[in-house]
Amino acid sequence: MSLEASAQHPAVRIENLVFSYRKREPVLDIEVLEVPAGERVFLHGASGSGKTTLLGLLTGVLSAEQGVVRVLGTDLTSLSGSRRDAFRGERLGYIFQMFNLIPYLTALDNIILPCQVSSSRRARVRGPLEDEARRIAARLEITSLLDSRPGELSVGQQQRVAAARALIGRPQLVVADEPTSALDSDRRDLFLDLLFDSCREAGATLLFVSHDRSLEDRFDRSLSLSDVNRALVKAT
Amino acid sequence: MLTPRLALQSLRNRLLATTLTVLSIAFSVALLVGIENIRNGLRESFTGTISGVDLIVGPRSSSVQLLLYSVFGMGSPTGNISWETYTHFRDHPAVAWTIPYSLGDNHRGFRVIGTTDAFYEHFRYREGRSIAFREGGPASTDHDVVVGSEVADRLEYALGDEIVVTHGMGAAGIMDHDDAPFRITGVLERTGTPVDRALYVTLGGIEAMHAGWEGGVPPMPSFAPPPEDENEAGEADDGAAAPGTRANEPPPASVEPAQITSFFVGTPTRFEMLGLQREVNDFQQEPLTALLPGIALAEMWRTVGYAEDGLRIVSFFVVIVGLLGMLVSLYTALDARRREMSIFRAIGAGPGRIVSLLVVESGFLAAAGALLGVLLVYGGILLSQGAVEERFGLLIPLRPLGTLELGYLAAVVVAGFIIGLVPAIKAYRTTLTDGLSPRS
Repeated sequence: MSLEASAQHPAVRIENLVFSYRKREPVLDIEVLEVPAGERVFLHGASGSGKTTLLGLLTGVLSAEQGVVRVLGTDLTSLSGSRRDAFRGERLGYIFQMFNLIPYLTALDNIILPCQVSSSRRARVRGPLEDEARRIAARLEITSLLDSRPGELSVGQQQRVAAARALIGRPQLVVADEPTSALDSDRRDLFLDLLFDSCREAGATLLFVSHDRSLEDRFDRSLSLSDVNRALVKAT
Repeated sequence: MLTPRLALQSLRNRLLATTLTVLSIAFSVALLVGIENIRNGLRESFTGTISGVDLIVGPRSSSVQLLLYSVFGMGSPTGNISWETYTHFRDHPAVAWTIPYSLGDNHRGFRVIGTTDAFYEHFRYREGRSIAFREGGPASTDHDVVVGSEVADRLEYALGDEIVVTHGMGAAGIMDHDDAPFRITGVLERTGTPVDRALYVTLGGIEAMHAGWEGGVPPMPSFAPPPEDENEAGEADDGAAAPGTRANEPPPASVEPAQITSFFVGTPTRFEMLGLQREVNDFQQEPLTALLPGIALAEMWRTVGYAEDGLRIVSFFVVIVGLLGMLVSLYTALDARRREMSIFRAIGAGPGRIVSLLVVESGFLAAAGALLGVLLVYGGILLSQGAVEERFGLLIPLRPLGTLELGYLAAVVVAGFIIGLVPAIKAYRTTLTDGLSPRS
């Protein structure tokens, strides 16, 4: 079982990674970066420190030409593009900064969408898909919103629907890219509480990326991309 | 299937843009298919001007000229055929029936044709429809006239009205046959052919009009009729009370005409047709021309029908514009949908799936547009068929799509898919470079 097997691995381990866009100067140059399994990790970095690129590499949307990007025990650099897409669809959850939802689908349809795109993710859900969606939605306190369309929801509600979508099908790693940046502090705290609870329940590692260091204390561990990315040092 | 369902939901989400795109494709397809239908209707109406007639015989001339004056009522006859020649062929064993035509007079611009009952019996148009009467019946005496529907409608004639025929083919005749008026005994049903614009009298009627004429010139008394003369003639008529019993009536009973202008021939079998045509063309006593109307009409349509190619080219470009409109609307929507693409990428959709989503959308738009366009055409034909036939005498038949139209429709749908590829490929590229965060 891949679940048990991956539990022994760190959720993310990057070694000797160098990445550049189209033969230009490297934007990422990381010797080692590790996210232990089951932890809530805060990754911060100023804008331009390569956050977006790192997330692209971790989710397999981008591919590094040098180094090892091991996610949940699988080296993504050894996979083809479509295999990386399949891997991401099956085993990762992703929350955007904003605009997380397909505007023409209801909240419920948005939540179950990953399981419709990826049949192996669907296979990780036992029983009816909708029941699972409702269970997660209840955890995130959005049960009453499931029939609404994204346009009818507040930003905070949308982010909770996005969290539910990231969590369906028991992904082992949830990557959140500044999901609270559009929320005021009360809603931000509520969102983090709900997200933490849900991740713990799902047994998912959470990699939370933000430039807002005031959140740092709430996490098990904090990493600074600015410190590990040697490309920045070279550039300046 | 997830992709078609998502494509449909996405299209429904942008209902206005979707509707407009489908409509623009529908209208361009409707124009294309509609023009094809009208073109067909025109050709059928043109080639159906006369049917069931195997040969048209006239004095030696070009076949186009013979066709024009005998069938379409245009231009002037080039000469006449002697009665002996006509009777020779009328009684020919390879001839089933004949319709003699005697031209040369008009009534207020409408042609007057001298013919026999064979016209009402044998003349056919548009796939074998025969001449029918709206009111009354055939001309039985030499003072009877049957008018075509358009003549009756334009000049507001009714049964029993008396009319005067003018010598010559032009509208402004200088010599009226007012010494021999005609009484309307029948009005024909609308045919949508030149029959509607003609008046039919007996051969004897033509002879009676020209009784006493020499070399195309009327006898002296009526040559320069002063008003007094006309009044006198009128008084004489009044005295006689009823038409047909006029004092100066020419000898009744059919005067045997000395000549006619042309005649239509029906043969018992098609096999005799070609032999008879050769025989007529080689006739020694008189130089004659015989043509096969079906072939001559088709030839003529080819020469006048080039305009249809122009129509076709125009409608073809309209379809291209419609498809370009779809491209523009898909392409402009694409930018707003980059986040949507990122979401699909984030949940594991490969670029192929995103391409297929966009291609299915555009293909669906094109197919819906094509279908709606065809429905518009058929609906339009159904609704306007009667009115168009009434107004223009043009019957646009409701017929299944021809191979040409099916080809057009297939091309539109295929083009829709291909056009969907353009924004899809752009989306594919941007999803690769955007990663998961669209750069706005």
